[in-house]
Amino acid sequence: MIGKSIPRVDAYEKVTGRAKFTDDLAPKNCLVAKVYHATIGNGIVTSIDTSEAEALPGVVRVITFKDVPNHCYPTPGHPWSVEPAHQDIADRNLLTGRVRYYGDDIAAVVAEDEVTATRALKLIKVEYEEYPVEINPRKSMYGTPHPIHLDKKDNVLARSNFFIGNVEQGLKDSDIVIKRSYKTPIVQHCHIENPISYAYMEKGRIVVVTSTQIPHIVRRVIGQALGIPWGKVRVIKPYIGGGFGNKQDVLYEPLNAFLTTLVGGRPVKLDVTREETFCNTRTRHSIEYDLTAGVDKDGHLIAKDMFAISNQGAYASHGHAIAANGLTAWRLQYACPNIKGEAYTVYTNCPTAGAMRAYGIPQAAFAIECFMDDIANEIHMDPLEFRKQNLIQGYYQDAYLKPIAANTNGIFECLEKGAAHIHWEEKRKAYENQTGDVRRGVGMSLFSYKTGVWPISLEIAGARLVLNQDGSMQLSLGATEIGQGADTVFSQMAAETLHMDVEDIHIQTVQDTDITPFDTGAYASRQSFVTGTAVKKCAELMLHKILDYAATLLEGEERTLSLDHGWILADGQKVLSLEELAMESYYSLTNSSAITAEVSTQVKKNTIATGCCFVEVEVDLKLGKIKILDIINVHDSGKLLNPQLARMQVEGGMSMGMGYGLSEQLLLDEKTGRPLNGTLLDYKLMTTMDTPDLDVDFVELEDPMGPYGNKALGEPPAIPAAPAIRNAVLHATGVAFNENPLTPQRLISGFKEAGLI
Amino acid sequence: MYDIENYYNAESIKEAVSLLKEHPDARIISGGSDVLIKIREGKMAGTSLVSIRDIKEMQGVTLMDSGDIYIGAGTTFSHVTNDPVIQKHIPVLGEAVDQVGGPQVRNIGTIGGNVCNGAVSADSAPSLFSLNAMLRIADGEGGRTVPIDMFYLGPGKVDLHCGDVLTHIIIPGKEYQGYHGHYIKYSMRNAMDIATLSCSVVSKVNAETNILDDVRITFGVAAPVPYRCKKTEAALKGMEIGEALYEKIKTLVREEINPRDSWRASKEFRLQIGGEIAARALRETVKLAGGEPS
Repeated sequence: MIGKSIPRVDAYEKVTGRAKFTDDLAPKNCLVAKVYHATIGNGIVTSIDTSEAEALPGVVRVITFKDVPNHCYPTPGHPWSVEPAHQDIADRNLLTGRVRYYGDDIAAVVAEDEVTATRALKLIKVEYEEYPVEINPRKSMYGTPHPIHLDKKDNVLARSNFFIGNVEQGLKDSDIVIKRSYKTPIVQHCHIENPISYAYMEKGRIVVVTSTQIPHIVRRVIGQALGIPWGKVRVIKPYIGGGFGNKQDVLYEPLNAFLTTLVGGRPVKLDVTREETFCNTRTRHSIEYDLTAGVDKDGHLIAKDMFAISNQGAYASHGHAIAANGLTAWRLQYACPNIKGEAYTVYTNCPTAGAMRAYGIPQAAFAIECFMDDIANEIHMDPLEFRKQNLIQGYYQDAYLKPIAANTNGIFECLEKGAAHIHWEEKRKAYENQTGDVRRGVGMSLFSYKTGVWPISLEIAGARLVLNQDGSMQLSLGATEIGQGADTVFSQMAAETLHMDVEDIHIQTVQDTDITPFDTGAYASRQSFVTGTAVKKCAELMLHKILDYAATLLEGEERTLSLDHGWILADGQKVLSLEELAMESYYSLTNSSAITAEVSTQVKKNTIATGCCFVEVEVDLKLGKIKILDIINVHDSGKLLNPQLARMQVEGGMSMGMGYGLSEQLLLDEKTGRPLNGTLLDYKLMTTMDTPDLDVDFVELEDPMGPYGNKALGEPPAIPAAPAIRNAVLHATGVAFNENPLTPQRLISGFKEAGLI
Repeated sequence: MYDIENYYNAESIKEAVSLLKEHPDARIISGGSDVLIKIREGKMAGTSLVSIRDIKEMQGVTLMDSGDIYIGAGTTFSHVTNDPVIQKHIPVLGEAVDQVGGPQVRNIGTIGGNVCNGAVSADSAPSLFSLNAMLRIADGEGGRTVPIDMFYLGPGKVDLHCGDVLTHIIIPGKEYQGYHGHYIKYSMRNAMDIATLSCSVVSKVNAETNILDDVRITFGVAAPVPYRCKKTEAALKGMEIGEALYEKIKTLVREEINPRDSWRASKEFRLQIGGEIAARALRETVKLAGGEPS
């Protein structure tokens, strides 16, 4: 069953519209909540008048920052830490009078319907004392007249560093030293379903139904935000329309939970708009890198140094974990005796940055992989050769975070496939000395990516199987289906280990913190690895229990028992159907005992996935347009659980990667920090018409750490396209663009500067 | 949920005019692809609407005996694109409106709405300017006919008064017969986007002499309203077809247009693109006229 391209278990539900999403489930009598957002980028509220809004017919309740619990809470979707030093930064209230970014949440309205709530917002009168706005982390990190958070006087949320060997000496010993700076933009996830929740009270408890990747974490954070016991909160996660990390954060669920308590527990829906999603949920950090490397004349890396500044925006969210992940990537994959890295994460008056698909690595990989091409250019070496010469073959382990290691390492095979597909050598040569207004180039990039968060954070997952009367089973997990196909591969896993038909595994897609086992949720490409381990253990336990029970029913049977697609076999011969066994387990008058299995398991393993992207582009110099002629991602993600789903996952990631490389960026007004293009019209997410045919290939090495030989695949596909495109444009035109995306505006300026047009 | 105060449905031009006069605060809605966005954004929240989408006499394309083409203002973009009269006589217009948004928008959005919205980026506008379109406006009395370049008054502002309804867009026969046109929309995406800059060139080439007899060049997003490059046109008329012509249009257009410097695109960028797309569009019209081997 593992390795088969079975159709998604939710395919028919989703394409026929039967699948229920949060808004489909909201009760008809739901009140509607809307948030009042600040219209300045930095400052304090000096007065607020809600009387007119309260007087509007249909308005049920208006609250301001003065009415919310006066303590801070953290929001990132990390497992909680019992050690205070490792706990997430708590720097946010449900509403605030201290405005830290344009759009900060000051007040909220609950009304009978959306139109009334929106009209009420316009009646709220707010006066501010404005402070200067700082959106540039390189400036903010030296302190601002009014620190964004009082406990961080210099606005530096965190700093970390590491070193291996002696970089200063290594640079001295190098034949050539190269320095470059790179910058990545703020981007947004643009999942199709905006964050939405509705909350109500039942028997003195708060129930929140929400579009989230992390229901159990949402429950914990609501408890923390409201200052109530966590058991008083129940979170339900139905089908969701994508998350990409934005929903690996606790967004408006705590406010929504609080609002229902103020209206007698009536259901309250808080559905944010696309514009709010851009401004008021989370973004991907913009990170600036200063990179230095020393190489010898044969192109071996002798020393390398990374200095990174990450723009956190107004609140901590995932904070420094993002930039720190980039530092780790700097150590991995390429052999180098002397490595140093230092990263700062800095508060600014920007929208809050959080988790987004591949967690800091798209940024780091853009810088690192552009740098690899720039070094190769400096020393007149083919960039692929230069990489191969410095890549580690086979096993390697991270120097700091053990046991993170490449337990299997298919990077060379990936490169071989990618280069063959794009006709690397032939085209590198063919496009060497072009003239004319339209030029072509080929480029590539590669990456490494961890599987899950161990040992930086906890890895725990739970699974439960229940044997039904007909011999089928329910599989319940705390892990979430967010569009990536988790429910399908979990079903395949259970079927594989239990030797059952996948049709007989009924996976429960809705997570309910009252019912489904504990699991921290969908992020870090962890679920098929960590939750997969739990599914495997649970299935093994279930198998064991079934065979034990079979032994009691088949007293005197001395042959070895096994389970095979609905039958108990004795030395391979059918002796009892699973259905008969199940009926006995439920209804036997002598020894009935319904069979269930449940496990909660901690996983203290991690393994590195890898892959690359090769791309051919055509650049129209005078129009500043890049056309992708051919693009392929090749991934080593271990054994593929479902090749068709894996391919879809890669295609989606390539689309995000191309957008990151070519067109996506959230622009802010420097004076106010207001998003200039926070709509799907002005934020240039690629459409189908902009997307070329995508090629995907895999190198399948069975990883010893993965429960089924698998390793990370969820996020990695989004990493390599952007630097590969940039490197292809470099090859085509000779112009090195060190900031993505490569927009027409940027291209025209660059080509003019280079004298090409 | 849209914040709409009242909704009135007109089934004839006459009824539309009287409803508008009766409810002077009400706005016209046809396809809704602009109006509903403005209501959602809050700019027109709480408005009342007079719908003209059921008015049959405002739909469809007719070729008159005189050679004039009448396009009902309520004709959707997809109907304009697929209309045989448009395809045969003024394909440039059908191709231009086929670049609006995506298929869903083109199935509801109307060419009249595109014009009356007054946006400088309207995909129909440059070609309508280059075709010297006339607009027929009903007002419950005698009505009037306005040349399109007099109709645009400023960003989002057009020459419509209370009770006015644009009923038809007229392309006079003499303005398209013997001409060929090409529209280039320069935008950041290939669909679901608004032009960063756009250019429609309509030209008449004397195939025997290889001379550019006439040319009309109109830009979208190069000024507050769609902009005809009359100086450039005058300078190019009578020139021989060839590389010198294409170089000259670039230079002159860059001197004549005055696009904005904004976060969306710098002025320098738009000037670069402007010259380039004007030259490429002109080259295409020459090819269509058979004036240059393709």
